[in-house]
Amino acid sequence: MPLAVELQKVSFGYGRAAPPVLSCVDLAIEPGEFVAVAGPNGGGKTTLVRIILGLEEPSGGAAFLFGEPAGRFSRRETLGYLPQRPQLGGDVPATVREVVSAGRLAAGGLLGPLRRRDRAIVEEAIAKVGLAAHADTPLARLSGGQQQRAFIAKALAGEPSLLVLDEPTTGVDVDAQEALAVLLAQLHRELQATVLYVSHEFGAVEHAVKRLLLVRGGIVFDGPPGELPGRWHDPSHVHA
Amino acid sequence: MLELEFMRLAFAAGSIVGLLAPAVGFFLVQRRMGLIGDGIGHTAFAGVAAGYLLGVSPVPTALAAAVGGAVGVEWLRARRTAAGDQALALLFYTGIAAGVVLLSAAGALNADLFTYLFGSILTVTRGDLVLVAVLGLAGLAAIGLLYRPLAGVVLDEEGARVAGVPVTLLNVLVSALAGVTIAVSMRVVGILLIAALMVLPVIAAGRVAWSMRSTLFLAMGIGLASVLAGLTVSYYGDLAPGGTIVLLAAGSFAVASAVAAFRR
Repeated sequence: MPLAVELQKVSFGYGRAAPPVLSCVDLAIEPGEFVAVAGPNGGGKTTLVRIILGLEEPSGGAAFLFGEPAGRFSRRETLGYLPQRPQLGGDVPATVREVVSAGRLAAGGLLGPLRRRDRAIVEEAIAKVGLAAHADTPLARLSGGQQQRAFIAKALAGEPSLLVLDEPTTGVDVDAQEALAVLLAQLHRELQATVLYVSHEFGAVEHAVKRLLLVRGGIVFDGPPGELPGRWHDPSHVHA
Repeated sequence: MLELEFMRLAFAAGSIVGLLAPAVGFFLVQRRMGLIGDGIGHTAFAGVAAGYLLGVSPVPTALAAAVGGAVGVEWLRARRTAAGDQALALLFYTGIAAGVVLLSAAGALNADLFTYLFGSILTVTRGDLVLVAVLGLAGLAAIGLLYRPLAGVVLDEEGARVAGVPVTLLNVLVSALAGVTIAVSMRVVGILLIAALMVLPVIAAGRVAWSMRSTLFLAMGIGLASVLAGLTVSYYGDLAPGGTIVLLAAGSFAVASAVAAFRR
């Protein structure tokens, strides 16, 4: 079975004159792993994720998704991605059900209304994140944590083999962060999908993951969170 | 009023425009590109001028210029050659400058031009109506068929791109539809005012709507009502139809805001 994610000597810089954001990164992630990707802001986490998802072409080396070149991955409908909050259409007057239905686009076909099976998958995804009672509520009327749950349900609605969440706890209070971590751990067990949880702050999922990547221009640590060297370990879990 | 053929033609064309403009504008407003209609209007102005210079009907030339300009802006945005507002500025100023130069070359800088800039209920011909009906209904059908992917891209463009949705193609389609809307609407509302009919009903609907879909349908209803009421008022008051329609659409925003405040 091919690796879910494989990077071979990947380097990347925004423009030829700019210093490289990532240098000579090697990475292998098995299918079904739940991995936290941490590091300071500007350390290259989001760039790493964009290369993994095939949104950016590495300037050196090669990136693979399930054995295929990431930029030409043929089963994109199996990728679930929750981008950072500022990129989302948060002020669009959409209900939870409308947001989650958008996650069924690639898998459910582009033309016409959703079929019955797709609608059932959407309802199931809404229920999984605990928002069944709010399915017809506009997103703007929900708390930050509930809005993030809606977008996680959107990513789940595509029945992903790889789920990538980029800074999912930004603007979410501590209680909601803990609840989100419990939810993600539970979903990971149920779905058996590969999950990449990207955050400059990983305290909330520290107990849920067995593997932590620390990214600072490259991968400077790769192992269990408990083995993170003290010089990088802030008691507040904030690695900014 | 309806015993007059030019009014029947204006109402028929206006009904389609009243539904199409907010439907297309809905996706532009949600992507924070509400002002692109103005830029495309300026390009359409250059197309009208080209029609005068070539001695052909200005409607097809305006259509070609509007769609070309709209797709050009999207291309510049997608290639990150220029930021959104810079691409719009390029379109705005190149369009208006080209229009003035072409019109002066054609010796057509005269009052007849005003009918394209601000609309005129006297100028809608049967030929215009056929073009408005064919392109307008095709545009509405495209939006109906592709509503889900278009809405999905509005909600989360990056997520849709990762999942393999043809985001660039859908964005180009919306821009092209904006070009078509402006070209088919210029006889009724006018090039300089049609962008308002794409935007005002949407932001008015957004004050009282409860979902994306309800925003779209409410905006189309407000657009249609503004056009029908505006044409009627302009007929009896002997007023410019484009301005009257847009003022009524602006009034709908005030009403919607009052309703929203009352419900709170």
